[in-house]
Amino acid sequence: MPQENQLLKQSSVSFGWLVKMAWRDSRKNRSRLFLFISSIILGIAALVAVYSFRDNLTRDIDDQAKILAGADLTLESRKPADQKMIDTMGIEQSAERNFASMLYFVKSEASRLVQIRALEGNYPYYGNIETTPTQAAKDFKKGRKALVDKTLMLQFNAKVGDSIKVGALKFKIEGILDKAPNQTGISASVAPIVYIPLQYLPQTGLTKIGSRIQYKYYIKYSDKTNVDKLVKDLQPVFEKQNLDYETVSSKKENTGRSFRDVNRFLALAGFIALLLGCIGVGSAIHVYIGEKLSAIATLRCLGLKAKQAFFIYLIQIVFIGLIGAIAGSALGTLIQFALPAVLKDFIPVQITMQISWMAILQGVTLGIIISVLFALPSLLSVRRISPLNALRASFESHKETADPLKWLVYFFILLFVFVFTYLQMSGWLEALVFTGSVVFAFLLLFGVSKLLMWLVKKIIPNSLSYLWRQGFANLYRPNNQTLMLTVSIGLSTAFICTLFFVQGILINRVTLSSGENQPNMVLFDIQNSQKDAIANLARSYSLPVMNQVPIVTVRIEEINGKTAADLAKADSLSSAKPNNRETKRENQNEPSQRAFSGELRVTFQDSLTDAETLVKGKWIGEVKAPENIVYVSLEENYANRIKVDVGDKITFNVQGMMIPTIVGSLREVNWSRMQTNFRVVFPKGVLEDAPQFNVLMTKVPNSQISAKFQGAVVRSFPNVSVIDLDLILKVLDELLTKIGFVIRFMAAFSMATGWIVLISAVITSKSQRLRESVLLRTLGASRKQILTITALEYLFLGALAAGAGMILALGGSWALAVFSFESSFAPPILPIFILFISVVALVVFTGVFSSRKVLNQPPLEVLRRDS
Amino acid sequence: MHKNPILDIQNINKIYKSAGKSLTVLHQINFSISKGSTVAITGPSGSGKTTLLGLCAGLDQPTSGEIILNSHPLSGRSEDELAAIRNQNIGFIFQNFQLMPTLTALENVMVPMELRGEKNIRNYALDLLDKVGLADRADHYPVQLSGGEQQRVSLARAFSNKPAILFADEPTGNLDGETSDKIEKLLFELNTQAGTTLVIVTHDMELAAKTGRIIRLKSGEILSDEVQSSAKASLLNS
Repeated sequence: MPQENQLLKQSSVSFGWLVKMAWRDSRKNRSRLFLFISSIILGIAALVAVYSFRDNLTRDIDDQAKILAGADLTLESRKPADQKMIDTMGIEQSAERNFASMLYFVKSEASRLVQIRALEGNYPYYGNIETTPTQAAKDFKKGRKALVDKTLMLQFNAKVGDSIKVGALKFKIEGILDKAPNQTGISASVAPIVYIPLQYLPQTGLTKIGSRIQYKYYIKYSDKTNVDKLVKDLQPVFEKQNLDYETVSSKKENTGRSFRDVNRFLALAGFIALLLGCIGVGSAIHVYIGEKLSAIATLRCLGLKAKQAFFIYLIQIVFIGLIGAIAGSALGTLIQFALPAVLKDFIPVQITMQISWMAILQGVTLGIIISVLFALPSLLSVRRISPLNALRASFESHKETADPLKWLVYFFILLFVFVFTYLQMSGWLEALVFTGSVVFAFLLLFGVSKLLMWLVKKIIPNSLSYLWRQGFANLYRPNNQTLMLTVSIGLSTAFICTLFFVQGILINRVTLSSGENQPNMVLFDIQNSQKDAIANLARSYSLPVMNQVPIVTVRIEEINGKTAADLAKADSLSSAKPNNRETKRENQNEPSQRAFSGELRVTFQDSLTDAETLVKGKWIGEVKAPENIVYVSLEENYANRIKVDVGDKITFNVQGMMIPTIVGSLREVNWSRMQTNFRVVFPKGVLEDAPQFNVLMTKVPNSQISAKFQGAVVRSFPNVSVIDLDLILKVLDELLTKIGFVIRFMAAFSMATGWIVLISAVITSKSQRLRESVLLRTLGASRKQILTITALEYLFLGALAAGAGMILALGGSWALAVFSFESSFAPPILPIFILFISVVALVVFTGVFSSRKVLNQPPLEVLRRDS
Repeated sequence: MHKNPILDIQNINKIYKSAGKSLTVLHQINFSISKGSTVAITGPSGSGKTTLLGLCAGLDQPTSGEIILNSHPLSGRSEDELAAIRNQNIGFIFQNFQLMPTLTALENVMVPMELRGEKNIRNYALDLLDKVGLADRADHYPVQLSGGEQQRVSLARAFSNKPAILFADEPTGNLDGETSDKIEKLLFELNTQAGTTLVIVTHDMELAAKTGRIIRLKSGEILSDEVQSSAKASLLNS
């Protein structure tokens, strides 16, 4: 039937007309649409800032890797390397010994544990040791002079020219050390550095056998030398001498790797802000589409197809998403200039900030995708708006059925979150855990808000005054914002509170470890000959000797007959045959190559301590005859990490002497106890004659006695180092403050987003509020009464959201405390209360302030508009 | 049975199901309307007038029965096919005007023609606005117009796609007496000029009396279907 076909021909509406219609339709709503989309601006800004920072950092690490390394090749070992070999390497060499030691300030008679670096040669060959005055970096090597870290100088009120004592020798402070090569603010606060000339080290008396000295050699090669190739050829020699090495390119790789983790954290924190904003966008679009119901229905009556109606609004969302993403990217590009200041304590390189077009492109793409994705559930319902709504709004309820496409969109949203997280974390499990946690948090807040709405509906008594009843009723009546605001405010509150609580848990954990009978001071580097004298000194100050253990430094040479080289060879063979499952499975059971890297500090004892529990095998505390088998005990988690079990054979290299052992038992260790704990414990009768140092633990009653005792120890036993709990707490507090600042900086994006979502929600619901308050005004309600109802509604809403967020944070922090930190969790009541009040006050203020226009609107104007 | 009907309603039933219960809104409705006639569907609130209008205009599907509009059977069609039929054949006037608040008066009138993909329609739309006396308000938004003016824009829009049949749902229900009279007059004038079939749903018997035929509904059934005497006379004369 051609006439029929002609009549039913597809309406020839062009894409251009849809764009025109989208433009026309947005006319009266542009500021509102921009407000919706402003929720994602901060999230995008955070991500673009992080991505730009990452790009700049990667470039700067590449450019400054030589300065970072200071030399073309760095060799490192626990014992001196073959000096003849070193002398033949490269065109110039420098040597450094570094170790922890007590530093004594002569003028103030104070002491503190520092990291001594005894240097010889012209290191650094690239970059500088930054000092005040500048010349001090070179001059200190010309005499008995030292460079002292600037924080130490401040802490002990020291001045250039003052005297310090390292071990038995006095040095003059030649300059203030502002920045050592490859040093960050964080590393300076954990272990402040003091440089002395290497030639004076023997006279300090700190280099006796058993001292924990790290030997470093810095080599400079000519520009033409291919250092990486050279190192590859020399690898067997280095391994033979137990020398760790680092070239400029491996330094670049290592530094980049450590910053990848920081960037991942920053990107995920930004992503949380973005997700929060997206929830806001999704919810606002839902209300927006609801308001468009009658216009869409009329257009449908006039012959617009469902798909075309959908496209009109999709075009609007894509467009505002694009604007939001561009605005976010522009803001992010500005914020990236703040990130180096935020992260200054963690960055070892000089950051040069440039605009990263790649980061901007990523931000814009992400902004569009995510705004469309979160608006889609509401947009899809446009397809289902019946033209009958133009006649009668209630028709829609008769046709409400599930839309499978919506479920598909929800699936895509989850998939998007998962894929994005995976791209940040590069691990399926981590991405799954993150996505799961986000979904769990959303569901929990969703559940809490639903439950509370239900409860409010059920339990609010009619005897309450009208204003209170109306305020409560606003929480559950149709088109309320309770759910969305609970999720967004709740999530940002939860985020902030968790950070705060975890910081508290970490501090508590250290503080608690100094319980009644727990030691709070550790003395280490005690030579065997000094053992008794130190114990006596402690007793003379009425301090108990709570724990005195010997420590021996060892290396693992072989596990079940295989060396590190054997495993590396097997590994390279299996990676050459990627499809060989058999080989792969075999390798999974091989010991980890990590077992061979680095040194282990072990002890020997005849029985287990209070902090140790046997979980597998049998503890044998003594080897009675030299020919007997040596059964060692490993800490359970360490054994898992290096993939060994009871019965496996391990050969230890004890300062050049090979000692074959068998893993006899596995122990669980309570690391939270402040006492010496070890990954590997030997029985008595094996290591007694090995080079060793001792550790003594005691409990000092107060800081005065602590200072006096430390002074006495440093004066009589200059090689002995002291750590007291105050120092640990101080370092931890400093560290957490610095990390906390970065976390708070990123969390601020979530908080600000939550706030924007709140404003957006209030303004979105304004038209409805307007009608109601006008009706109430017409019925005789005073301005004050309407203001009270509005304030009460936001008071309940704020309390609900902040409460739900805090429940989430308390639950999360408790779980972290119990399962991750193995500590107890006592919620800090006063901060919780202050935080709760602050969030609620902010919500009430924002709600009432944004609604003030409603209160000031003349009723007639609204009634006329409504008619 | 009318010869050459523009709208033929055959055994229409409409039942809504809600919370497990069935509610019969329309029961065994039969009538047909011939081209060019004017018909009023009247009845008390809840009698099923608006539901019937929605079914006649292809805005909803009946539970059973058949509706043939301008030779197009409406049952079994997709929403998009129905949209095309509406765009080609039907004009609407609503009680609450239903103008797009974000479109100017002129743009509101142009929309049905734009949906048909017609070009160079601006002058025609302006002519229509001129006919309803609003040429000087073409660039005003609905909120800037009075109720009567809004309904006049709505009339211009309804006639813009030269519909075969025009459905008006309580066209004067939101207007005062004087404005109502003006709108009614304009509606019948435009209808006569265009030769469009006019179906008005109203409970205003004065307005109904101005049409040629009154179908009275009560509780979802046709109570009476009368051709008006003046209309009878004009039919006999013709």
